[in-house]
Amino acid sequence: MSVILKTHKLRVEFRSREMRQGVKVALNGLDLEVRAGEVFGFLGPNGAGKTTTMNVLLGFVPPTSGEASLFGIDVRQPIARQRIGYLPELTYYYKFLTAEELLRFYGKIFGLTRAEMDQRIPRLLKLVELEHASKRPIRSYSKGMQQRAGLAQALINNPDLLILDEPTSGLDPLGRMKVREIIQRLKNEGKTVFFSSHELGEVEAICDRVAIIHQGELKVVGRVDEIKKAHHSNLEQAFLEVIGYQPQTTP
Amino acid sequence: MKNIFAVAGVVIKELYRRKDFYVLFIVTILICLVMASVNIFNDSKIARYLKEICLLLVWISSLVIAVTTTARQIPAERENRTLLPLLAKPITRMQLVFGKFLGCWVACGLTLLCFYIFFGALSATREHQWPVLNYFQAGVMQWFMLGIVVAMSLLGSLVFAAPSSNSTICFIVIGGILFVGRHLDQVATSMHEPLRAVVNALYYIVPHLEFYDLRDLIIHNWPLIEWKYILLALLYATAYIATFLLGACLVFRRKPVN
Repeated sequence: MSVILKTHKLRVEFRSREMRQGVKVALNGLDLEVRAGEVFGFLGPNGAGKTTTMNVLLGFVPPTSGEASLFGIDVRQPIARQRIGYLPELTYYYKFLTAEELLRFYGKIFGLTRAEMDQRIPRLLKLVELEHASKRPIRSYSKGMQQRAGLAQALINNPDLLILDEPTSGLDPLGRMKVREIIQRLKNEGKTVFFSSHELGEVEAICDRVAIIHQGELKVVGRVDEIKKAHHSNLEQAFLEVIGYQPQTTP
Repeated sequence: MKNIFAVAGVVIKELYRRKDFYVLFIVTILICLVMASVNIFNDSKIARYLKEICLLLVWISSLVIAVTTTARQIPAERENRTLLPLLAKPITRMQLVFGKFLGCWVACGLTLLCFYIFFGALSATREHQWPVLNYFQAGVMQWFMLGIVVAMSLLGSLVFAAPSSNSTICFIVIGGILFVGRHLDQVATSMHEPLRAVVNALYYIVPHLEFYDLRDLIIHNWPLIEWKYILLALLYATAYIATFLLGACLVFRRKPVN
């Protein structure tokens, strides 16, 4: 299988505005490879460097050193983003637009023709179960509906790679289930999905491989069943062990 | 260009789906209609005062719309996090800045058109004439002046943290230029060096927005200004717009997205 997403010795440093704080290392020598057609879970506690990694992959943050590429193209080139779809965590889309208008706007940026959009938008709205609300302004949507609209915008260009930053964050169980179903369907269609999540149950259910990072460093990468086997436990226990969590014993 | 037009299209949609424009337009209409219905002291030249008040309201309203609409564009994208999915697409930051500018500027042009149509209709009821070319000259000049204001506010929105502080600073600067800018060279003559040089430099650096105020042309039914001077003024505005947009692109290029 070809490698779609690759980072090599990726390092990101942030300079603090406060003089005494100095430099904060967000990522330290991260090596990752995501292959075509797999669902890859990117795990880590808050502040581990997951969002920073995604920000580098999307060209929002320049790496201090090392390399990152999508489809073999350096992430600093805008063309590297032509074949990806991105869903950020908790985004409040343009409230005055309808879901259909939102998709048309993003479709235009990808250079889709009117005919392509006429064909693709109803299909996407159906996929994310928003066809009944497609003419309503986004301001009237619930959080779950907004997240599904976000998922539709991430799919407007029929991407080969989807980057999802905590796609089920802040959703109720029903909303989570719907988003999970969509990811599952995309997996069945052969799409590559790279997503971060704190929901280890869903990661276990849908991911082919996972990576766990902690304090900017890659700790473990491999198939879910291999990681579970290596730690003789479920993914949650394995995760806690990898990040060095020690449960406090009560006297 | 398709990216610039796509971003501009969203900005224009935002303007006509928000209440700001409608509120200002209705307030302007109401004030002007009330003024038009009153004939104070049986003055035969009352139409001039009416036109003056109406144009003043058009100027104030268009400036308010230009500054407030532009000042919130990029900060709102950051706050609502829509900047992230947008910049994750094949669009450059420069295209985003140009799209925002174009959208705000065209939106200001459309509001200006509505205001001038109303003004023309109101004026025609009193003076029974349609000096279309005069309106065109005044409208185009005002539109380019708004172009400078929009570009300046866009740059401000990337420099200052909050849209409210940016709007306040922009209003103060615009007010300062309109009321004091033209007198800076005279003020400089009464000063000693090096302050004189500083004020003189300021006189040549600031965009002279007062050049674009052709209200008297319409109020007093003066003849048209020669088109070559209009063209020169438009080129002067274009230079300032380009400078502010370049500044905005440079600032935005280095700005973190979240």
